[in-house]
Amino acid sequence: MVTDARMRFYRCLGGCRKRIVTGFFQFVLAALLPLLMFPTAMAAGYDYQLSPQKIATDTYVLQGSQQHFRINNGGNIQNVAFVVTGAGVIVWDTGPSMLYGEQFRAAIATVTDQPIAKVFISHHHPDHVFGNQAFAGDIEIYALPATNKAFHQEADGLSQNLYRLVGNAMSGTEPVPPTGRAEAGSFSLGGHEFVLHALSGHTAGDLSLQDVTTGVIFAGDLVFNGRAATTPHADIGQWMQSLDYLDALEFDLLVPGHGSVDDGRKAIFDTRDYLSWLVATLQQRAREGADMAEVLTVKRPARFQALSEGKNEFQRSVAHLFPRYEEALFESGAATTTHD
Amino acid sequence: MKALVAMLFLVVANVQSSERPGGLLTENAPIDDPLGSSAWNIMYNVHIPGARVVFDDRVIVMAPTSAENPMSVPVMVDASALSDVDKIILVADFNPISKILEFYPTRTLAKLGFRFKIQQATPVRALVHTSDGLWHMNGAWIDASGGGCTAPSMASGNADWASRVGQISGKNWLRGHNMSRLKFQINHPMDTGLADGIPAFYLEQLVIVDQDGAELGTIKPFEPISEDPVFTLDVHATGSMSLWGRDNNGNIFEAPLFPRS
Repeated sequence: MVTDARMRFYRCLGGCRKRIVTGFFQFVLAALLPLLMFPTAMAAGYDYQLSPQKIATDTYVLQGSQQHFRINNGGNIQNVAFVVTGAGVIVWDTGPSMLYGEQFRAAIATVTDQPIAKVFISHHHPDHVFGNQAFAGDIEIYALPATNKAFHQEADGLSQNLYRLVGNAMSGTEPVPPTGRAEAGSFSLGGHEFVLHALSGHTAGDLSLQDVTTGVIFAGDLVFNGRAATTPHADIGQWMQSLDYLDALEFDLLVPGHGSVDDGRKAIFDTRDYLSWLVATLQQRAREGADMAEVLTVKRPARFQALSEGKNEFQRSVAHLFPRYEEALFESGAATTTHD
Repeated sequence: MKALVAMLFLVVANVQSSERPGGLLTENAPIDDPLGSSAWNIMYNVHIPGARVVFDDRVIVMAPTSAENPMSVPVMVDASALSDVDKIILVADFNPISKILEFYPTRTLAKLGFRFKIQQATPVRALVHTSDGLWHMNGAWIDASGGGCTAPSMASGNADWASRVGQISGKNWLRGHNMSRLKFQINHPMDTGLADGIPAFYLEQLVIVDQDGAELGTIKPFEPISEDPVFTLDVHATGSMSLWGRDNNGNIFEAPLFPRS
């Protein structure tokens, strides 16, 4: 639910923006006309150059860039994966755009002729779910109920933001919600034993998929490897519990939401290490009375300097987390209100 | 993109100003803008017309490089390296209402933390006035394209907002001899008045006074200040203090400012 005040502000933004956009259009329409006449040619222009890497028996990963969303990466900043069972393909996340989804399907077809049996969505963030369009229709797309709920609340806003950040590669992309309800538990398909784990902390609904047969676990964005974790919907306490939960599972290979596949527990350890430091630092600065803008300048320890997007994600996390730590310390004044 | 937006802004601003007698762009600012903003001349003519102004890197503006939550962008201005500061104005060149606040550091450090609503990428500019009549200017660009996972938190969606207006909370910290760090929040919608049918409704004066009722500092917020605003300042006092505030609808708010921890 959006507060009244926020809606008011957004309406204001919409109005202001519309005037600018209209003027802008008149200004550059002539220049853009030839391009507007060939929109499909433009859309087809973005090639993600996807190339599935085999990491285990029947198991393939497509690893994205470690950057933030940029025009030059087409929004491909996340990992997706698929498992070719004996009875159809299991798809893990669908990527940031319709074009990505289409090219992901084409890449799967270069590996196997089998049809896609099920799609699973790790969580509702746009880089993992906006390729749904290319799979929707006859294929069931499963997500946790909390993921579905968040998707319906936020997909439009996330989509607008992604169009702005990524641009042309988003052409034609519309948010398509998951269709099926994922639940914790095991299932088997084509000789593979799978277990779904319903977790949370990075968002309100974080699904992990464990392939017991191959010893691979797909952890989604509960685990980042070599990149600073993102926290816009985070509950750090729950996130820590989920990391402990994952750490206790048996697996040989872990596919994180971002970064390289890990053949041990290092990515889990590193994610926990970063989040622990983040919370401790923000709480400490709040206790000391720091202003939010002063916290932006905190120096990150040497061991986090190599993380991709380290400075940007820290500043974003200050915006997400600091106000709640700060307000937790506030005392109420006995205010009196009068009218002139 | 920034340049393009700035260009359009200038065109719009020129049209508007030509309708007013005298116009707004009659005088060129005496210095070039170190921030490279095309709106500097307009800001100069609107906020400190005709005044002497210098660029001064002793004025520090702390702000994020990108606005993750456009409803609440944290900024701190620190001009405490200058002596005899009597007034600070904060402006955002490309906000529809450019003035964010005025601050009078009567018995405080010339240093203030606040949060504001941002419309698009813009410089945030501090204009610091010293008692010799000179303005000292510095600022920082804030990009407002947001992050990919940007989603404003949907908190405080309470139907009972009216009963919360004016509630004050916060904390203070002892900072050496005769100095306290004071941080407080006041619940207020801070409506900008730019949305159809919703009039401007915002805090316009906040005065911090000591136990004898003498003024320690005054903040004059304007519409761009965030909803339920938080302010941070360092005051030359350690005794009990209180806050007196007024909004543009004539509501008066008063509260003691917290025992020190």
